[in-house]
Amino acid sequence: MLKKKILIKLFILIFFLTFPLSFLENNEAQAFSKQVIQKGAVGDDVIELQSRLQYIGYYNRKIDGVFGWSTYWALRNFQYEFGLPIDGLAGATTKAKLAKVSKYNEQVVKKQINSGKKFTHYGGVDQSKQSKPNNKAPAAKAPAKQAASKAAPKKPTAANTPNGYSQNDIRLMANAVHGESRGESYTGQVAVAAVILNRVNSSSFPNTVSGVIFEPGAFTAVADGQIWLTPNESSKKAVVDAINGWDPTGEALYYFNPDTATSGWIWGRPQIKRIGKHIFCK
Amino acid sequence: MIRGILIGVLALGIAGTAFWGYQEHQEKNAVLLNAENNYQRAFHNLSYRMDLLHDKIGTTLAMNSRHSLSPSLVEVWRLTSEAHGDVGQLPLTLLPFNKTEEFLANIGNFSYRTAARDLDKEPLSKKEYSTLQTLYKQSGDIQNELRNVQHMVLKNNLRWMDVELALASGKEATDNTIIDGFKTVEKTVTGYEESDHGPTFTNMQKKDENFKKIKGKTISRQEAIKIAKSYMKFDGNATVKVTENGKGSDYGFYSVSIKNKNTGQEASMDITKKAGHPIWFINNRDVKKQVLSLNEADNKAGAFLKETGFKNLEVFESTQYDNIGVFNFVTNINGIRIYPEAVKVKVALDKGDIIGLSAEEYLKSFHTRKIEKPVISLEQARSKVNPNFKVMEDRQAYIVNDLNEEVLCYEFLGTVGNDTYRIFINATNGKEEEVEKLKNAEAIYDDVL
Repeated sequence: MLKKKILIKLFILIFFLTFPLSFLENNEAQAFSKQVIQKGAVGDDVIELQSRLQYIGYYNRKIDGVFGWSTYWALRNFQYEFGLPIDGLAGATTKAKLAKVSKYNEQVVKKQINSGKKFTHYGGVDQSKQSKPNNKAPAAKAPAKQAASKAAPKKPTAANTPNGYSQNDIRLMANAVHGESRGESYTGQVAVAAVILNRVNSSSFPNTVSGVIFEPGAFTAVADGQIWLTPNESSKKAVVDAINGWDPTGEALYYFNPDTATSGWIWGRPQIKRIGKHIFCK
Repeated sequence: MIRGILIGVLALGIAGTAFWGYQEHQEKNAVLLNAENNYQRAFHNLSYRMDLLHDKIGTTLAMNSRHSLSPSLVEVWRLTSEAHGDVGQLPLTLLPFNKTEEFLANIGNFSYRTAARDLDKEPLSKKEYSTLQTLYKQSGDIQNELRNVQHMVLKNNLRWMDVELALASGKEATDNTIIDGFKTVEKTVTGYEESDHGPTFTNMQKKDENFKKIKGKTISRQEAIKIAKSYMKFDGNATVKVTENGKGSDYGFYSVSIKNKNTGQEASMDITKKAGHPIWFINNRDVKKQVLSLNEADNKAGAFLKETGFKNLEVFESTQYDNIGVFNFVTNINGIRIYPEAVKVKVALDKGDIIGLSAEEYLKSFHTRKIEKPVISLEQARSKVNPNFKVMEDRQAYIVNDLNEEVLCYEFLGTVGNDTYRIFINATNGKEEEVEKLKNAEAIYDDVL
């Protein structure tokens, strides 16, 4: 009788001991959102994926929230080692397996990311030893300010840019596009960006983006200083579209505003089409 | 008394204004001089480099040993690219000076291609030698013209700022030695156009294939609208505008733009007149939040392409910019990727609708090709790759190489250290056709994007 009681008590005790554990594990498996994470993605799930892969030693680069090549290879290696189909996609089974074998301390990771410090997330090492004090004090301040002012829920610390172009190149082009085509439709802005790129590829113009933009007399916005206005969001998007291959101009190399064009020569160029106020020509 | 004070104050005022004006004038002059000096530097550099270029092509002609020929051609290539850069710094944009720049680019291409190839195995052909001779003569002509202009500039203290002013005001009729000089140079080069530069040059010019490969019947305006509506899915409230291409276009197309009267949302696209293929399509709107994953958007993009009649496409690159997914599709026939046939699709990650499509590259290279059999085996191709390169994926693929030819290659995707590369080995002769370093995500410095 007593034995039975003890047994039952033990049973209950074990139940209560393991219940939170199973609950915790369950909770962890659901930590990822339901999406299938694929290369090129950005966001919270990618931060978690990178942290978890780093925890078990597959990923050794910066946790930045952008699913790039290093994350891709880390994930594939993980899938290979654990006998999963190697597709480089973080689907349901992969995520479940990953959640089972690794831990993810979301608060710590997010805090580190927000503070702009360098840190790692390896398993088996005390987390406090894994973050490096920032050697540049002012640099640490800036991201904090940004975090406070934006307070967005997800904050990848890196961004996708088209191959061959840096964020600064895009910014420079966005400046030119904004200065040249404020008030034009979005398509009109993509068109101006496309003309800049067509010139870079053409043998009759300089071979760099900055060379084309600052070629003396090439753009009125450069001559009158409007290029230094702060570009709006849509001009940046238009530039990225143009770099990604959208060319609404039919490969034009020149464009002009028929109302203000002073040079008679430009009228002699073969015209392709008109978008908004601009006529595009070869 | 008051008069005296007034005179004093006025005199002081005038003196002050004069001083201020003088200072402004000085500053203006300093800035002008600075700009002028920049132009002068570019111009004198240009004529100096044309001198060097002419000489260098001359020495190349006299060379016999192949070992010295290659470096010499590389030098020619370097000089043309520098001269090209100098032209870009001069205020000649409003002056038709393209032919001279194209001429420089052509010399550059020719010298690069001949220098880069193994001259022991494939020495300069007779034709190439004679091409080099013509280039020598032509660069000599340009050199002479430029020297003339340079002489005039130095003798008469001509200023480039005047050129800029003359060009900007549109009064090209005014007598300006520099402008006239450059026009003569341009005229000289235009005369060369007809001359034959040999096989390496024809390849360059073949590049502009303006949808010649498309087959099908010409569509009408109404049909164009119908096609456009299948892309844009607007309701009855839309106003439609169709315009034909201008005379300067190399191919016929309709530009269709559809505007929703209620929301002001505007979408536009170009459709080829022949067979009615979409060239590009943009339906821009703000995408404020992400609901769909990149993967779901990927599937939507694939389904959309299938629906609109693109066949055998597979996604090979997916990227998320804020709340927009951009997908790069290429043709895949029996596991062989055809990279020139690329279509790009933009998907909004909130509602999953297609907000952009670009098929220009696809239409330019689309044709039914005979898929060749590789001559060398996968293992042989693999042995040509750098031993430090860790191969992760391999497949066969068609790419367009340096010489603008479509070639069948083995594609290897893999890593060296922390970087990922895509390497193409020619499946016929084992030549390393292209090595591409793939980009990692870039750290955000500020909120640039």
